[in-house]
Amino acid sequence: MPWAYALALFGFIYLPVATLVLFSFQNGSLPVPPFNGPSLRWYGDVLGDDRLVEALLNSLMVALGSSAIAVALGFSAAYALARHVLPASALWRALLIAPLTVSYLIVGLGLLIVVQRLGLGLSLWTAGIGHVVINLPIAFAIIYASMGAQQQNAERAARDLGADEARVVLLVTVPMLAPAILAAFFLSVTLSWDEFIIAFLLTRFDVTLPVEIWSMLRSGLSPRLNAIGSLVFLVSVSAVLLLELTVFRKRRR
Amino acid sequence: MSAQTATIRGWGFLAPAVLWTLAFFIVPFVVMGAMSLATLDGRTLVWGLSLDNYRELAGQAYLARAIAVSLEITLTVTLVSVLLAYPLAWIIAYRVPPRWQRLVLLLAILPFWTSYVVRSYAWLLVLARDGVVNQTLMGLGLIAEPLTLANTRFATVTGFVHFFVMLLTLTIYANLVQLSPNYRKAAMDLGANAFQTFRHVILPLTLPGIMTGAFLTFVLCIGDYITPQILGGNTELTVPQVIMVQLGRRADFPLAAALAIVLMGIVTLAYLAMARWLRLDRL
Repeated sequence: MPWAYALALFGFIYLPVATLVLFSFQNGSLPVPPFNGPSLRWYGDVLGDDRLVEALLNSLMVALGSSAIAVALGFSAAYALARHVLPASALWRALLIAPLTVSYLIVGLGLLIVVQRLGLGLSLWTAGIGHVVINLPIAFAIIYASMGAQQQNAERAARDLGADEARVVLLVTVPMLAPAILAAFFLSVTLSWDEFIIAFLLTRFDVTLPVEIWSMLRSGLSPRLNAIGSLVFLVSVSAVLLLELTVFRKRRR
Repeated sequence: MSAQTATIRGWGFLAPAVLWTLAFFIVPFVVMGAMSLATLDGRTLVWGLSLDNYRELAGQAYLARAIAVSLEITLTVTLVSVLLAYPLAWIIAYRVPPRWQRLVLLLAILPFWTSYVVRSYAWLLVLARDGVVNQTLMGLGLIAEPLTLANTRFATVTGFVHFFVMLLTLTIYANLVQLSPNYRKAAMDLGANAFQTFRHVILPLTLPGIMTGAFLTFVLCIGDYITPQILGGNTELTVPQVIMVQLGRRADFPLAAALAIVLMGIVTLAYLAMARWLRLDRL
């Protein structure tokens, strides 16, 4: 009985992914049964599509750039609040976490209104700024949670031995927190890479991959969409498995 | 290093993140709030303190309807997802041998990493008129004509439930494995059967975890534009869909801002209603 339930639910969970991947190999122009194939023509089609490849590179750039900034800011703030006695520290923590409690749509809408009022143009930069806003709280929370007393002792030892503040941070704190920093970075990259609504509202001519996929969707079902969807899935799953095998495995030991 | 230089240095480390959040989150948010109190005179924006937009929300039937639709869909999705995910999390936590649990859990949530836009598209493939479900049912002779599954509320709810079942399986599982097995043993020793143990011991102990997951589901579901837009089509509009219509076709930013504020209000109310069970600090 329980196994039948688990199996049925697994069927439900995998049904769309299986359909997506299977019909990406369709030899025909409609991704619905009956299945003809397998054929790799849609993969060739997708990889030869300049707009898609450009959107993919844009997404990668925005994801890596915005995540690097989010992690740098998040680490710096976590270091400030965990290692220094500052007034109103609860208020600063709440402020930094606040964007997490609001829909992406609202973050994007607010930024869009400001950008338009100021008469600035929309670009990958504005989308990147939006992605830093949503990833900063996550990076801060992950890194702040893993700042413990054991690094503090090492930091004191380094200071006693004459290291200046920059060296303490870069040569002691950062390496000791590497797993948390990497986890925050990877998580930010996957969230930004896949984010739609902020990127949609805040870009215009150069767009990210989810926005490009969205505009392709308007012309209806197509095996091209299956192919690009399967490729994105493959990339994300590889990233997740890599993270699982490296960062989290180490942490559990 | 004096205490004073240490404090100044601390501010230096804190300032970039705080300034970023103020400039790109708090300021836009305040401007959006002000925008919701402005009005449009033709195409020109008139700043002011007018409640016209909010009055329009209450007065215009399609706007009030969107709020109702959003709430109905979100509540259905939250309830169905919890009811489906709990037994799966239970099976993984208590029936699967411990050394396999992490693998099974990872498998259960792997499709979570399908691209967000693509995930809804994949359901469209499954539910389309000549899609997998209809062709299978017709092949089995169960139906003569294809069912209309896509572009319905059913499709929207299915797409959402698929996503949140994975999310909730993860959070509820995390909750179940934290419980000491002694609680179950004690209840069994005291003569409770499996159902009584669940009803009076496990369920109350896991309620905060369930509520946290349910709240997360509520927040993410009610603010989502893509899933209802791709799967539900334009048969009935949710609040995020109406916001996007106002932004796009009509360029009515004040009304869109007012709707966004209402959306936040609903989330805040949900938070207050569930606050006594929530342990957000434990997320």
